[in-house]
Amino acid sequence: MAYSTKVIEHYENPRNVGTLDKADANVGTGLVGAPACGDVMRLQIRVNESGVIEDAKFKTFGCGSAIASSSLATEWIKGKTIDEAEAIKNSQIVEELNLPPVKIHCSVLAEDAIKSAIADYRKKQQERRAAE
Amino acid sequence: MPPKLPIFMDYHSTTPVDPRVLEEMIPYFTTKFGNAASRNHPFGWEAEEAVDYARERIAALIGAKDSKEIVLTSGATESDNLAIKGVAEFYKDKGNHIITTVIEHKAVLDTCKRLEKEGYEVTYLPVAQDGRVDPDDVKRAITDRTILVSVMLANNEIGTVQPLEELGKLTRERGVLLHTDAVQGVGKVEFDVQKMNVDLASLTSHKMYGPKGVGALYVRRSRPRVRLVAQMDGGGHERGMRSGTLAVPLVVGFGKACEIMTREGKAESVRLAGLRDRLKSKLMSRLDEVYVNGSLEHRLPGNLNVSFNFVEGEGLMMAIKDVAVSSGSACTSASLEPSYVLRALGVGDELAHSSIRFGLGRFNTEEEVDYVADLVSTKVERLRELSPLWEMHQEGIDLKSIQWAAH
Repeated sequence: MAYSTKVIEHYENPRNVGTLDKADANVGTGLVGAPACGDVMRLQIRVNESGVIEDAKFKTFGCGSAIASSSLATEWIKGKTIDEAEAIKNSQIVEELNLPPVKIHCSVLAEDAIKSAIADYRKKQQERRAAE
Repeated sequence: MPPKLPIFMDYHSTTPVDPRVLEEMIPYFTTKFGNAASRNHPFGWEAEEAVDYARERIAALIGAKDSKEIVLTSGATESDNLAIKGVAEFYKDKGNHIITTVIEHKAVLDTCKRLEKEGYEVTYLPVAQDGRVDPDDVKRAITDRTILVSVMLANNEIGTVQPLEELGKLTRERGVLLHTDAVQGVGKVEFDVQKMNVDLASLTSHKMYGPKGVGALYVRRSRPRVRLVAQMDGGGHERGMRSGTLAVPLVVGFGKACEIMTREGKAESVRLAGLRDRLKSKLMSRLDEVYVNGSLEHRLPGNLNVSFNFVEGEGLMMAIKDVAVSSGSACTSASLEPSYVLRALGVGDELAHSSIRFGLGRFNTEEEVDYVADLVSTKVERLRELSPLWEMHQEGIDLKSIQWAAH
């Protein structure tokens, strides 16, 4: 199976690799997938007061398509509001990266990672408001 | 200077034709093109003579007494099918039970599954953590209804060599036939059908520097004389066991490949084991969390199957695209299931996804091994920097303590 040039490009030059401070109240962390399934994505966002994703970082254990999907996801969500980011669909990732059918699960995982990071951020915000 | 790229280190999947093999084949495509079954003219005689010579060379490699015991086929998948289905059908009045192992090649496992649907009973024996079947398990599994035990000589993924000699003693004692898929091991590790009491053995040419599209089934002719029902109807070639015009050029090449193996196999195995050990020690001295899958002691000389923990196999293969290797990762198969062989060893799914099979062979050099060891180490380090699991491991988090959402 040949990889698309876009998958290769992201795989070779992944955007936004790294780690944000999990303990920061403005940081949301999504950890999805399972080692036993062959992919784990961790996607983190830092959200500013106006609800805009200022920064996004990822680390992924997985195949080239999984790494490319998460790299693309971080690129897309940076600068978006959390509502806009939440609206990203896995099918858009499939289309952008030309993923073949056997790799669609990689894009699903990337969508899940975004949603999971946002959910974590919202939960933290609620907890903070409740504490105030 | 770096070696010429790409580098082939996937010799368990196939091998190039040795130039000496090709040279002998060529006349049989053009001037010596006769049908080996044409009994009445010189073109046929010439072809038949070449086939008989090849048959002798194949027989010699595996210690067969008589070249008539070599039934030529299209390859090992056909040989496995013919051996197992052919025996099951012929001996069905004697019994309906077959014993095999969970790590056999699909050509054996799926053939057995087919027979189960037809009413046969199949016992799939487990293997130990080192990938070997316990002869005592085989002994216990044999019943009055057992007609056949089928255990491979060496495994295609982890290179583990099975205790065939012990199994042969057992099956001979109990009057049960022993079949072995010998594809990966022939010429590389000790294999002798007489000494090991093997009754049927599947072989293929393209794993030993011969052409693709030809193989053989060794079928013992005496003590005991093994009978089987042909699985394809036709002109009754190969003493009625396998109809179809012989692919004479391929057969000639197969014979030459066997002849080279008989002469050079031992020395080649010593060289390959040296290269394999070099690769292993280079990788393991530079990287932590590298695990060898399968027995190191009972192993094909050119095989190294290792798991690079916290790095996914297909992701790694993509990083070393100029090096042809193979992975037990699910992502390399259509099924999304990791290797059933590694699972059978009790290697966790995580490590199965992280496995890479290096298959060294005749044309690999020390320079290539050094290059690959460096490249793989560098890429594993890079991918670990990208891996959340590696980060968690570094932080001392036990990955097993985390509730993963399986998907």
